[in-house]
Amino acid sequence: MKLGRRGFLGVAGFSGGLLLAGRPRAARAEEQGRGIPGEQESAVLVDTTRCVGCRGCEAACSEAHGLPPPDPDDKVFESRRSTSPDQFTVVNRFPGPAGAARPHFVKSQCMHCVSPACASACPVRALQKSPGGPVFYDGTRCLGCRYCMVACPFGVPRYQYEKAAPYVRKCDFCASRQAEGKAPACASVCPSGALTFGKRGELLDEAKRRIYGAQGAQPGRYLRRIYGEHEAGGTDWLYLSDIPSEELGLDDTIARESYPRMVDGALSVPPIVMALWPPLLMGLRQAAARRNRKAGGGEPGAPDGEEGEGHE
Amino acid sequence: MSDTAPAAGFDLRRQLLLGMTWRAYARSLLTPVNALAAVICGVGLAVVVWRFRAGLGATTNLTQAYPWGLWVGFDMLTGIALAAGGFTIGATIQFFGLEEYHAVERSAILAAWLGYMLEMTGVIIDLGRPWNIYQVFLHFGTTSMLFEVTWCVLCYTSVLTLEFSLPFFQWLGWKRAYAMMRKALLALTVLAVVFSTMHQSALGSLFLLTPGKLHPLWYSRFIFLFFLASSVVAGIGMIIVVYALSCRFFPKHLGGPRDSSKLVLGMGKAGALVGFAYFVLKVQGVVDGHAWDLLRTRWGLWFLVEVLGFVLAPVLLYAEGVRRRRAVLVQVAAGWALAGVVLNRLNVSVIAFNWRDPTPYVPRWTELMVSLTLVTVGVLAYRWIVNRMAILGERPALGPASQGD
Repeated sequence: MKLGRRGFLGVAGFSGGLLLAGRPRAARAEEQGRGIPGEQESAVLVDTTRCVGCRGCEAACSEAHGLPPPDPDDKVFESRRSTSPDQFTVVNRFPGPAGAARPHFVKSQCMHCVSPACASACPVRALQKSPGGPVFYDGTRCLGCRYCMVACPFGVPRYQYEKAAPYVRKCDFCASRQAEGKAPACASVCPSGALTFGKRGELLDEAKRRIYGAQGAQPGRYLRRIYGEHEAGGTDWLYLSDIPSEELGLDDTIARESYPRMVDGALSVPPIVMALWPPLLMGLRQAAARRNRKAGGGEPGAPDGEEGEGHE
Repeated sequence: MSDTAPAAGFDLRRQLLLGMTWRAYARSLLTPVNALAAVICGVGLAVVVWRFRAGLGATTNLTQAYPWGLWVGFDMLTGIALAAGGFTIGATIQFFGLEEYHAVERSAILAAWLGYMLEMTGVIIDLGRPWNIYQVFLHFGTTSMLFEVTWCVLCYTSVLTLEFSLPFFQWLGWKRAYAMMRKALLALTVLAVVFSTMHQSALGSLFLLTPGKLHPLWYSRFIFLFFLASSVVAGIGMIIVVYALSCRFFPKHLGGPRDSSKLVLGMGKAGALVGFAYFVLKVQGVVDGHAWDLLRTRWGLWFLVEVLGFVLAPVLLYAEGVRRRRAVLVQVAAGWALAGVVLNRLNVSVIAFNWRDPTPYVPRWTELMVSLTLVTVGVLAYRWIVNRMAILGERPALGPASQGD
């Protein structure tokens, strides 16, 4: 059985068509590596030395999103809480190292990465990075595959397992409020200045000012590290603190590079396979045909050289 | 030896009832095996209905930390690996020119086709919003490995369905359709190998994004090569095992005594070669990932169980079977190699995944039930088709002596 001209054109056309149609485009969130990633994106600087644990941010967030109000009793601090499908942000209390003057409070929510793993993982782009900063979710096209949950290194997306028609739930950076020029609900109610809303580039500068003590701020008060500056290739939520990150429940195993870039090599496999496999396979077949002819048989795929026969 | 022209015309009723009357056929179905299968499928179907009514929380042990469980790890990842026999046998015949494997070709293609059908069913059951599956045709998440898997699996299943249409058209007696598809078989096989390479490796690439969550002994930037190699290992294993089981349970359809030990030994050679290559790749992965020291940990012990006990050991048994010219050893090695691939897929997706989390994921009985039901349906469908179409040999003779279903 020969491939023939038509068969060849068929395979080549199909492969080539797929190649051109399926050309991978970089996720919109990909940075080109010039300057500070996400410099102009909206961001929040979380200063854990200023947070007093009032949990006003939790209350404001639930109100802004129509979620059930969080338990007002501070007994909740006794255990470590995570976000949930109905609570997009939580504040946890950490005792800090022995001899720490006071407990530390850390707010957790979606980090709104500059190059989000969840958005690059979603097969239907239900999660997307908007140029302004927020990583937002469109549930209407969500399949519920939960790959975003697998991909997110911070473990942020939460699933409504108890529902028959579940959605993925997480902080949306109050994208609708930001569209109206307002700060996110949490940052706008913070009484102690722990949450500062601004542009990522400016907030990185402000963080460095606080660390290095320019403009009258106390030098040496903070650790020389901004959590979120390089984590996951850079996040829009940045954290300053005076004690190490592992004392604050901030994950130090996060890679300091963009997660979507880890898939780049694999993304180029389809075009390479579509281009190389057909000639390689046909070459193998030619070699096999020659060997079969020497042994007295016919073309591969046609037992005894006959056409249209049943098998065995 | 033309089998495309049915002697007395295609009679659907005769085909469906295996040449028996309704009553005789119904009576022939009353076997212990069928009873067990009916129980499994009945409970399984009830669980599936429950899953769609009550949601995933009520019917699985999935958590926020473990979004993927048995249905992804087994039905999808393992299912696709075990269905790799389709492209493996196609490549063996069409590109390596090994004509003699025509004998096992159709059983392998059928098993692969059923495997993909069941895998897709398993995915639909696992998806939270499966009615949105059509969205992959509208919105292209081209940076997503899951997008690539979905599209490749859809394309490949179409190709596989066309390949399976050959025995199907032959059964119906549609000569022109059969001849047309026969001519297309080479092109279809090229596409099959292309699509399979892409999605079998992409299943591994799904985990490239998860270096912190997948244990370093299993995580590698080469994980897509591991998945591709192990899919060929699984393909070879399935071809051998499915054919062995078919010959054992459907001897009547072979059309007389057949000595397939030469074929089995040949496949054993391939199994040893590919299996050993896969073993070397896994070792290289540990070296490349600078994870050698981790072999001394408890996870390292588990890794060695997988790689030495379920990758290298079957390779040695394959080799021994070939050396001693004993087909049985090769068949046992094949089953063992398959178990190794199953173990690997489960390790990557649920066991060594989230390895830092103190609470491991254990599937609920409902999840096991659904997976078991899918496998049972696959076996029943295989039997139904083999009893009617020319899969193992000529088209089966029908009549009162036919087997129950």
